[in-house]
Amino acid sequence: MTTTTPIEQGSEESLTNADEHHQDHRMFGLATFLVADGMTFAGFFAAYLTFRAVNPLMPDAIYELELPLPTINTVLLLVSSATFHRAGQALKRSESARCQRWLLITAGLGIAFLASQMVEYFTLPFGLTDNLYASTFYAVTGFHGLHVTLGAIMILIVWWQSRSPGGRITSHNQFPLEAAELYWHFVDGIWVILFIILYLL
Amino acid sequence: MTIAIPPSDNQHAERLQPTGWLRYFSFSVDHKVIGLQYLVCGFIFYLIGGLLAGAIRIELTSPISDFMPRDVYNQVLTLHGTIMIFLWIVPVVNGAFGNYLIPFYVGARDMAFPRLNAVAFWMIPPAGLMLISSYFITGAAQSGWTAYPPLSITTPAAGQIIWILSVLFLGGSSIFGGINFIATILKMRRPGLKLMQLPMYCWAMLGTSILVVLSTPVLAGTLILLSFDIVAHTGFFNPSMGGNAVVYQHLFWFYSHPAVYIMVLPAFGLVSEILPVHCRKPLFGYVTMVYSIMAIVVLGLVVWAHHMFTSGTPPWMRLFFTIATSFIAVPTGIKFFNWLATLWGGRITLNSAVLFSCGFILNFVFGGITGVALAQVPFDIHVHDTYFVVAHFHYIVYGGSVFVIFASIYHWYPKFTGRMLNEDLGRLHFLLTFVGFNLCFAPQHWLGLYGMPRRVAEYDPQFAFVNQLSSVGALLMAISTLPFLFNVVQSAFKGRIAGDNPWNALTPEWLTSSPPPVENWTGEAPLVTEPYGYGVPADQLDLAATSGRDLWTNGQ
Ligand code: HEM
Ligand SMILES: [Cu+2]
Repeated sequence: MTTTTPIEQGSEESLTNADEHHQDHRMFGLATFLVADGMTFAGFFAAYLTFRAVNPLMPDAIYELELPLPTINTVLLLVSSATFHRAGQALKRSESARCQRWLLITAGLGIAFLASQMVEYFTLPFGLTDNLYASTFYAVTGFHGLHVTLGAIMILIVWWQSRSPGGRITSHNQFPLEAAELYWHFVDGIWVILFIILYLL
Repeated sequence: MTIAIPPSDNQHAERLQPTGWLRYFSFSVDHKVIGLQYLVCGFIFYLIGGLLAGAIRIELTSPISDFMPRDVYNQVLTLHGTIMIFLWIVPVVNGAFGNYLIPFYVGARDMAFPRLNAVAFWMIPPAGLMLISSYFITGAAQSGWTAYPPLSITTPAAGQIIWILSVLFLGGSSIFGGINFIATILKMRRPGLKLMQLPMYCWAMLGTSILVVLSTPVLAGTLILLSFDIVAHTGFFNPSMGGNAVVYQHLFWFYSHPAVYIMVLPAFGLVSEILPVHCRKPLFGYVTMVYSIMAIVVLGLVVWAHHMFTSGTPPWMRLFFTIATSFIAVPTGIKFFNWLATLWGGRITLNSAVLFSCGFILNFVFGGITGVALAQVPFDIHVHDTYFVVAHFHYIVYGGSVFVIFASIYHWYPKFTGRMLNEDLGRLHFLLTFVGFNLCFAPQHWLGLYGMPRRVAEYDPQFAFVNQLSSVGALLMAISTLPFLFNVVQSAFKGRIAGDNPWNALTPEWLTSSPPPVENWTGEAPLVTEPYGYGVPADQLDLAATSGRDLWTNGQ
């Protein structure tokens, strides 16, 4: 019985593919990270739902949410996911200008989301420390807003990098764009869950 | 030819790295350097945590608090627990051995993300120093390693905030490490190497990393909310503000029960590597071992509330978590019997590595039995928050994980340094540790059963004698580090030259020189499909087909 066998000579092909192999790992690593990130939100949602189930609001507490603005926000983010997808497709077809335009639109939608959330924050009749639900609302939406902010910054960086013709982002090196896109879809998905749990339930 | 990584690029990158001992202080991306960085850094924190434990045991030799004021006692206790868990056991069983061994085991030249790996390590020393310095600057946190509110919101804020920050850092480091291990094990395997051919430690690290990725972020989120309660005066966990302290406990234990498996699963894996080599027998029940690890991962995520039976948990919850916890004994028992069966009828060399491994098996099974006892509600409500719990988890964490760390150091030291450790000192170390450990912690079961609460600086005088007994054990444990420290330092310079494969082992890390070259193998990576193929008579071995050039040469 043999326990070890020598490896066959590695083929030239596997060497030229090495760079691409590495890219695959980065997307895989990012996806794993997003699972972890998602668990943070899962913890927040679990805490909120438990509070709802066992901690009734004190009699004089004010906690009311309006639906119109967050509904617009939901639409903004969902559309931005679609526009980002368009940017990715444009890059694959090497249509650089079109890709940049879609990227800018996506970033704009993200920033519009943040602005509209700010409006919501300032018009709500309760503050961070007013009561348990209010605190949870601000903590969860704030944590999500932080993610949107980071995402918008990432998109703008990707856009900047894709402007220069010999730059880092081309149809041969799509990693930065793909990474930002995956992250952005993740943030949008989280928002949909957040919208259902915090606003609709 | 190398696999997956273009050699030209890589060698260039390596030349930029410092060589010699200085590289251990650098931002090296070599997984072997990072592994040893984790190990040594962790050990330094272990010594600090040990000093703190000594202070606790000195205080407890007398029923009154005469050695230090009570609030200092609380700080010492909190620092001790936090350091031992987050700065010693987790980084060492995962980071140190994982980084050193996993790339070898999958036949890769480095981890999937070498730079992220270095970042993850370098988050640890600052976080640890920050934690310890809080004692001198503001006074350390006083609410124990669990930081339960409302205690953690009412004790002095500055120390608690520093504690939260440093645990967040350490958790982040752990998550980065986990991502790296998952990617390395699943994506970096050498062509031709199947998952079910991997050494058991890979499976243990895969399971552990899944737990890290799923549960650590929940702790991070919880601690962020807790820091809001402290700094911004929100009331998430503050009952006087309409909040709910039990929710903190749920979220905390959703991480911290898996965390006990994050500390012990890798140790399971390491023992499974050590035993076959020194018994000259295949690991018994490879497939059942793999399934047990995965079962522990799944079950480990749904048992957390067994820490909360006295927190007003409703009956259905008690029932569910008692049953789920008791179920974990099944896969754990399978592993236990597999180790016994591996030892059974083997040609056992009773060296230090094996002695510590056997010590682990004994201690762990005892801690496992008290664990199953604690999972039974009627028993637990009597001994919860007593010294019985302290005894239980030290049997697991010290008697289990720390014994395995020592076994692993005795086993892999020749690989790290190219020199052997002194066996006589090693056995002395084992004897002192084993006797000291049992003397220190076995009596604490009795203390708990008779009602001595944990985390107190003063106690009923009737417990004085047993506490003194326990402190003598602690003294023995402290003394036991001396032969060990002397041994590792002296052997590094004067130890017998080990040769490449002193144990005649078959796992891939031994099929190269000791210490290994920068890219792990000078030639191609060996394809090891039977890492535990021991017990084949040497003359029946097909030497022509073995690529490890020193395989068996020492033994023949
Ligand atoms: C055989 C499986 C195990 C079972 C059934 C078990 C069960 C339990 C239970 C029910 C408690 C709560 C006791 C109480 O607070 O009243 C407990 C506490 C604890 N266990 Fe285990 N355990 C097991 C294995 C482990 C392992 C493998 C570790 C660590 C490597 C561990 C570490 C701990 C720690 C640290 C605590 C105390 C936490 C604290 O309150 O500070 N246990 N265990
Ligand atoms: Cu537990």
